[in-house]
Amino acid sequence: MQRQLARQIYYDMVLARLFEQAAAEQYAQGRIAGFLHLYPGEEAVAVGTLRAADTGDYVVSTYREHVHALVWGITPEAVMAELFGKATGCSGGYGGSMHLFDAQRRFLGGYAIVGETFPVAIGVGYWLRLTEAPDAVLCYFGDGAANQGTFHESLNMAALWKLPVLFVCENNHYQIGTEIHRHTAVPEIHRHGTAYGIPGRRVDGMDVVAVYEATRMALEHVRAGNGPYLLECETYRYRGHSMADPGAYRSALEVAELRARDPIDGFRERVRREGWLEQAELEQAESEARAAVEAAVKFAEESLEPTNLEQDVYVQPLDLYDGAKA
Amino acid sequence: MKRAHNDKAGLIGISRPAPVLQVWQALNIAHDEVMARDESVFILGEDVGLYGGSYRVTQGLYAKYGEWRVRDTPISENSFTGLGVGAALVGGRPIVEIMTINFALLALDAIINMAAKLRYMSGGQFKVPLVVRSPGGVARQLAAQHSQRLEHTLMNVPGLRIVAPATPQDAYWQLKQAVACDDPVIVLEHELLYFSEGPFDPGAEPPPMHAAAVRRRGRDISLIAWHRMVDVCLEAARELETDGIDAEVVDLRSLRPIDLPLLLESVSRTHRALVVEEDCRFAGAGAEIAATLNEAAFFELEAPVQRLAGRDVPIPYNARLEAASIPDAAAVVRAVRGLLGPREK
Repeated sequence: MQRQLARQIYYDMVLARLFEQAAAEQYAQGRIAGFLHLYPGEEAVAVGTLRAADTGDYVVSTYREHVHALVWGITPEAVMAELFGKATGCSGGYGGSMHLFDAQRRFLGGYAIVGETFPVAIGVGYWLRLTEAPDAVLCYFGDGAANQGTFHESLNMAALWKLPVLFVCENNHYQIGTEIHRHTAVPEIHRHGTAYGIPGRRVDGMDVVAVYEATRMALEHVRAGNGPYLLECETYRYRGHSMADPGAYRSALEVAELRARDPIDGFRERVRREGWLEQAELEQAESEARAAVEAAVKFAEESLEPTNLEQDVYVQPLDLYDGAKA
Repeated sequence: MKRAHNDKAGLIGISRPAPVLQVWQALNIAHDEVMARDESVFILGEDVGLYGGSYRVTQGLYAKYGEWRVRDTPISENSFTGLGVGAALVGGRPIVEIMTINFALLALDAIINMAAKLRYMSGGQFKVPLVVRSPGGVARQLAAQHSQRLEHTLMNVPGLRIVAPATPQDAYWQLKQAVACDDPVIVLEHELLYFSEGPFDPGAEPPPMHAAAVRRRGRDISLIAWHRMVDVCLEAARELETDGIDAEVVDLRSLRPIDLPLLLESVSRTHRALVVEEDCRFAGAGAEIAATLNEAAFFELEAPVQRLAGRDVPIPYNARLEAASIPDAAAVVRAVRGLLGPREK
């Protein structure tokens, strides 16, 4: 692995972990409210897939998407400010944790209804085919989303019209509190593509290098006009589903076993073993990430709140009665 | 009517522009014109392509524009409507046809949770220039699951615009305006109006997309309706004339927003109003209109604004019961007489 890429990946994963820790602290202090879904344990998936994508590609993500946004180039300041509900947030304070957007960077959300990412992604894929554009779409979903109708409907259409969509399953084995063997008859999610003729594979989602390499291959398939691909990343979230979830449905032993396979620790060991980076470079990346998160919190704290309740409901304001001004 | 293939925009289904057209033909011409003018416009839905559309609205367009711009979809309403949302986010101007509004219930997540909210919750970063066309209403003995009206559900959603053309001319104008609009627009059509005729002039200057129209001027009462109930009200108005009652008939044309200025102007002349709707009475569109007029025009009114609406039942299959479930001209006449009270000749 190239030195520069290894450093980037390490920085991304450390930033992701520290950012989410800071978000949890700010939530505990009441500065962040609403539903907050954190990513610790799953870092290798967002980092490995998105670092393998091109900047012209589109990203459609779920409500657990802070890290996807960060890796895709939305600044920690803009993401944290959004969690704080500030006007400087990447959605102006109107979206919150579950609805991060950046039109410029082709980051299309932030969808909080399970299964919504599929139709949006095939819509973008359809437009890319129609306009003969070279880009691809990365569509994220969890294991729980594989049982929504939109998963099957959209896989069918993506295959039928050979749409350039990479479906990335972040299989963390739990749909909130229900373990995958209790919610899915065939728990190997990548095999679900078979019914629609979509190739796929399962990869160790705790291994960022494996995720990165699998994504490169999958995107090559997608960009070559072969249609969609289904990449299943087996991963694990250390925390509850959201801040409201104490996680009583799984044992401390299970969490400890998975923590022993931590993606950041694993990558650090690999980096040392392969000699990709020096110890000083690792430490440098860590301190940069720490500084970035601290700056993000400070920025979010000091930013102003949005004030206009009614802006952007419509592009062109309704000139006649719609109830709002009665 | 003679039909011939013709490559000139606007002449897909008929041999030449005629002074009288049916609603489906006007929609067909409007689709052809917007597709010829703007390559970002594409159509998708069940049987819109090779088949030509369940009500012939997209007839001829598949041959002319090809499968990528006129896309036959699987029966997956939520996902193909959501596909439209996704494409609209990145530069497309999709027209999604949902075969009937009954099936749109399966697509409400795409319409309400996505199309209507994405601009707002992204802090204004995205436009969603999506058009969803769908016919509804009570047709001819289609029974409860195919006779839905969804006005009330969609009207309650900020972020959506809703138009309801009742004539060929309005169908032509409002579809073109909907496609030009950068917000999501629901074009509610009525199954029984596709083959009704009306004057058509493609060169005429259109009114604003959401403006209401006075179809018949009158002094004594404003009958407020949309879709097929406009015709029902016009028929009732002719009957009332023999009683010496001069009814005004307003075609709303748009349900979100509603042209309140025009309604207020009408009521300020007639001092009485009756909202006539095909949909169920309880918590229906008429309730919103009546409540707003009662609030905004209280001192102009001789009597509270009344509603005449569909009965609160699922629509029955039996023809007599079906007819009894929605207003007809006789019911409008009775309601108006009741509202005006005994009159001196």
